[in-house]
Amino acid sequence: MRLTPACVVISKWGQKLDNLWAWIDGFADGGGEHAALFVELRKIIGWLPALIEASWITLALTVTSVVTALVFSVFLALGKIARVQSQRTKSIGQLVTRGITTAIRWISSGYVFFFRGTPLLMQLFFIYFTLPLINPVFNIKSRFAAAWIAFSLNIAAYLAEIIRAAIQSIPKGQLEAARAVGLSYMQSMRLIVLPQAYKRMIPPVCNEFIMVLKDSSLVSIIALTDLTYKTTMLASNKASSLVYLPAMAIYLVMTAFFTVIFNRAEKKLGGYE
Amino acid sequence: MSMIRCEKCNKYFGSLHVLQDVDLTVEQGEVVCVIGPSGAGKSTLLRSLNQLEPLYSGKILIDDELLLHCEKGVIVESASRRDRKRLLLEMGMVFQSFNLFPHKTALDNVMLAQQIVRGTNTETAREIAMNLLVKVGLEEKADSYPLRLSGGQQQRVAIARALAMQPRMMLFDEPTSALDPELVGDVLRVMKDLAHGGMTMLVVTHEMGFAREVASRVIFMADGCIAEDNTPAELFDHPQNPRTQQFLTSIL
Ligand SMILES: Nc1ncnc2c1ncn2[C@@H]1O[C@H](COP(=O)(O)OP(=O)(O)O)[C@@H](O)[C@H]1O
Ligand SMILES: [Mg+2]
Repeated sequence: MRLTPACVVISKWGQKLDNLWAWIDGFADGGGEHAALFVELRKIIGWLPALIEASWITLALTVTSVVTALVFSVFLALGKIARVQSQRTKSIGQLVTRGITTAIRWISSGYVFFFRGTPLLMQLFFIYFTLPLINPVFNIKSRFAAAWIAFSLNIAAYLAEIIRAAIQSIPKGQLEAARAVGLSYMQSMRLIVLPQAYKRMIPPVCNEFIMVLKDSSLVSIIALTDLTYKTTMLASNKASSLVYLPAMAIYLVMTAFFTVIFNRAEKKLGGYE
Repeated sequence: MSMIRCEKCNKYFGSLHVLQDVDLTVEQGEVVCVIGPSGAGKSTLLRSLNQLEPLYSGKILIDDELLLHCEKGVIVESASRRDRKRLLLEMGMVFQSFNLFPHKTALDNVMLAQQIVRGTNTETAREIAMNLLVKVGLEEKADSYPLRLSGGQQQRVAIARALAMQPRMMLFDEPTSALDPELVGDVLRVMKDLAHGGMTMLVVTHEMGFAREVASRVIFMADGCIAEDNTPAELFDHPQNPRTQQFLTSIL
């Protein structure tokens, strides 16, 4: 009984869609003044299912890469700003700690320098084509996995800088107050500084996310069937460049969707202000 | 028994000699007010005491136990890691700019460290926190976020937050300097209550009325040195050091 209304709604919509098709067909085949336009429109709608299917790859690659990179980049950011908090002593233990801390700082900085300073395209090539040549162990069969690894590594470098800037924008007094009530450095970071920094990260992370969504089109170079790859295939096969229009529209829809999500998250996290 | 003792403490910021052979003792139950011109090193003294700033040289003893002994910027002798943590927790600190955690409610601000540092369970921590909020007159603001409170209310929450760790002495760094004049009274009242309750206090302040009324001793600091150390009546009415005289005339 409960399902009936839903079915009715769907069949109603189905009917309306059929009507729409009939309407477009009428114009396209009617040979009227604008018939050519409707022929194109019919083609565009015809491409949509294939484009939408390919956009799932784009979406999946973007989301998994950004999420992986987010986790990794928090550590990179903390690594970049790592300092031994306590005052210098004569103990060997502290000397070792200082050495390790300096090493962590250098490695983190070096990582960010490398992955921000070289083209993502080359990093992708390197991981997919060159690494297997160096050692077969690195032969990543799945194009998606290769793209995911390259993107995650690259995005992490950018996100690390965003996170570092957000952490450093939190007033020093917050860390001092946390330390004054006895919290350790890591506890202060986790409970006091990072939660406040998250809100400030959201606009730049959103920006980065949208860049990645579009940069993911680079994967067409390793023949991963994302939205861009599918679009270029269709464009060459059917000799109609108009396929770029629905493809760009899908990019816009995805961008708009995530912009809204990020805006909501920012409002929610900033509830205390 | 002395709660706080600094011996020959020195501190530099670059080439600036901010603390110059500072000797200071605060006995249990004493309220010591520190006055002096801006840049004298008052904040630095407090911040060095609880290790927010590294010391260059000198000794700090808390509750007659050695916290640390520095020479040339290096700790040459100190309490064990655990003892150091315990001794540092005996000092509560209140900052000029409150530094409440803005993403936590007033109650959570007071509960947080108890739970994390002392491992107190939620119910006990909440009870302690509520009692302290009652004590500073803010029980009805328990669920408010700091940015929705006035400066005076924020500072009182900050005092409650420091007291929640059950310190045996409190350091105040110009607790009322960032407040609108009409809000200063509420904060000073809470501090007076604390002093009358027997809390050992080291207070950097420009509130001469408070110093005169509550302090057992007043210290005048200038250019990184303790220039004069006396009872409030003596120091305010018969300042010995010309710098003190000059300072007192300038603020009146
Ligand atoms: N982090 C710092 N770096 C460099 N100089 C500082 C720093 N903090 C304070 N100073 C300087 O040290 C001196 C003493 O500062 P402070 O202890 O804040 O003085 P007060 O609290 O008595 O006004 C001032 O000249 C100040 O400019
Ligand atoms: Mg100061």
